Amino acid sequence: MSDIVLRMEHVYKMFRKGEVFNSLRDLIPALTGKMFRRQELSESDKREFWALQDLSFEVRRGEAFGIIGHNGAGKSTALKILSRIMKPTKGNIIVDGRLSALIEVTAGFHQDLTGRENIFLYGTIMGMRRREIASKLDDIIAFSGLEDFIDTPVKRYSSGMYARLGFSVAAHVQPDVMIVDEVLSVGDYMFQKKCVERMKEEIRNGAAVVFVSHNLKDIAAFCSSCLLLERGRTVISGPTQEVLSNYLKRFRTIGAGDLDRSPVTISKVTVRNEDGECLRFQSGERAWIDVELRAHSRCTKLSLSVYITNSTNEGIFDTSTERLGHGNFTLDAGDVYHVTFELTLNLANGIFHPSILVYRYDTQTAYDRWEPAAAIYVSSETDVRGSAHCFPKVIQQTIRTASDSELALGAECSLGPDLAPQGSPS
Amino acid sequence: MKEELQELYTYRELLYMMMYRDIKVRYKQSVIGFLWAILMPTLIVLAGVVVRFGFAVTSGKHLETAEIASVAVKSVPWAFLVSSIRFSCNSLTGNVGLVTKIYFPKEIFPLGAILANFFDLCVASVALAVLLFVLRIGWSLELLWIPLLLLVLVLLATGIGMLVSAASLFFRDVKYIVDVGLTFGIFFTPVFYDVGMFGDKGKWLLLNPAAPILEGFTTCITRHQGPDFYWLAYSFAFAIATVLGGYVFFKHLEPAFAESI
Repeated sequence: MSDIVLRMEHVYKMFRKGEVFNSLRDLIPALTGKMFRRQELSESDKREFWALQDLSFEVRRGEAFGIIGHNGAGKSTALKILSRIMKPTKGNIIVDGRLSALIEVTAGFHQDLTGRENIFLYGTIMGMRRREIASKLDDIIAFSGLEDFIDTPVKRYSSGMYARLGFSVAAHVQPDVMIVDEVLSVGDYMFQKKCVERMKEEIRNGAAVVFVSHNLKDIAAFCSSCLLLERGRTVISGPTQEVLSNYLKRFRTIGAGDLDRSPVTISKVTVRNEDGECLRFQSGERAWIDVELRAHSRCTKLSLSVYITNSTNEGIFDTSTERLGHGNFTLDAGDVYHVTFELTLNLANGIFHPSILVYRYDTQTAYDRWEPAAAIYVSSETDVRGSAHCFPKVIQQTIRTASDSELALGAECSLGPDLAPQGSPS
Repeated sequence: MKEELQELYTYRELLYMMMYRDIKVRYKQSVIGFLWAILMPTLIVLAGVVVRFGFAVTSGKHLETAEIASVAVKSVPWAFLVSSIRFSCNSLTGNVGLVTKIYFPKEIFPLGAILANFFDLCVASVALAVLLFVLRIGWSLELLWIPLLLLVLVLLATGIGMLVSAASLFFRDVKYIVDVGLTFGIFFTPVFYDVGMFGDKGKWLLLNPAAPILEGFTTCITRHQGPDFYWLAYSFAFAIATVLGGYVFFKHLEPAFAESI
């Protein structure tokens, strides 16, 4: 048995744009029309769109492989071809063993059946035998944490319960190749953690995992090697650290405003640490951002702003030379302005985008903006979530029995009947 | 094709679960499930009795119990054929989530729909047996033809079911065409009437592949005779050709299912 369980060989996928006939009512007139006016229609038939071009990679037993890309990069198409729902236009896929896809884990459920019946239904959809499911039934139910509701029709479930039941079944398929598509974004934090543990266990047991995400942070945490897709083409593939560096560097060229007309433009932005140019930092580390401006004609009352957005594009930090007490500045034609910001990156694990803006405050004119000017990756030793890192420590933790008077007080203060938790699980 | 059939075999438990799902959902309230199984055959029998009564009045005869039995015997398999085709026609378009998200042999959908309808046929057959007992039709060794007749019937339903389910995925109006065809199909099929009433011209009606099957059911159940062997062989050949054609057609289109929904 070979070590490689999944191999994609020069896979191409083409879609046809243009008119699609999904009813005979439209097709028959179009066909008769085609017979009389042959040339006109064939033009529109030729509009082709390559969703994937020359995609090749292989995944070994016990390896987690990531596919990253922005929306429309071809991730979903790659995924559908991997899971055999679509056939590639050209190229081969070789899968050695059972493949299961956690694409949308609840598609197989039937509303009127109970949780238990749906476990069997969904399990057989995923390719398990009923006997196999029966032997794992207790584990599946325990994993989902839905013991009390397992004989309730799933139409009464909340969406979180739905997802938990679906993932619990999928997590017990024990496939040779597991395809994961951002399913980890469902469910509460504890359940997500359980799922990640489970996937790591599968990998240790020799399964291969293909993880598809637009979030590099998840990929970096999980996959040893990955592939970056852009407009259907492979930009780079290899060890995650290399791909990550490449991915971060690609952001530097993006930006630049209306260069011809703007009197002042940003000419250079560099992010560095003490040793020089750098895009990867530890939480709490200091970073320096060098910005260079060129004036093409005289500009007065200028200010330069630096702001940071997180991976979901929320602004999390914003300052400017003016707000830092340096007033505004004036540049004459041909002047080169240089400024260095020092920032302490009290940021949590993830990807952040520093951006630069040159503006004049009193007239609210933006002259040039690089957004993002770069992408930086921050890693943190401690497990904190969110954007900011407050460097938390647990100082004291005690447990004691409540005194009788406290209990009595608690009863008095308890919520009224309409405010009390309804016992709805989700 | 051999590999595809092997794959279908490995997914046999899923086929069972799909059938179980359809039956379970329908019979969740047992009374309604049972009524559902006999509702359509009952309505067809009642309509047939009205038509037969009209025939009897115009020809100045009495309506005989054997005639009622004959209509009843034919309406149960006809109801199966109609609802199998209708259910399998919607089986793919009604499960878009599964068709576009998870890989497995998609013929499981029409096949599951047909099996679930076969279960209804069995339930309705029990009711039919009671009716035939009440009408004192009696039995004979010719009843041994029934398994063969059922086989031909199920094959025919499977073939047509696979054709229409795949076609309706690509052309949404196939469903309406099938509905119209099934509604008027009863007039071109000997359910209310017998082929014998048309004398020599009856053979044209038997070209409808469902006709020799339904005629076969009445001949061996109510008349205690063997079915017309050659016409039954014609239906059998037709059914096998439809199953093969339907399967090849379905499998040929299957890779494009996810793209065209």
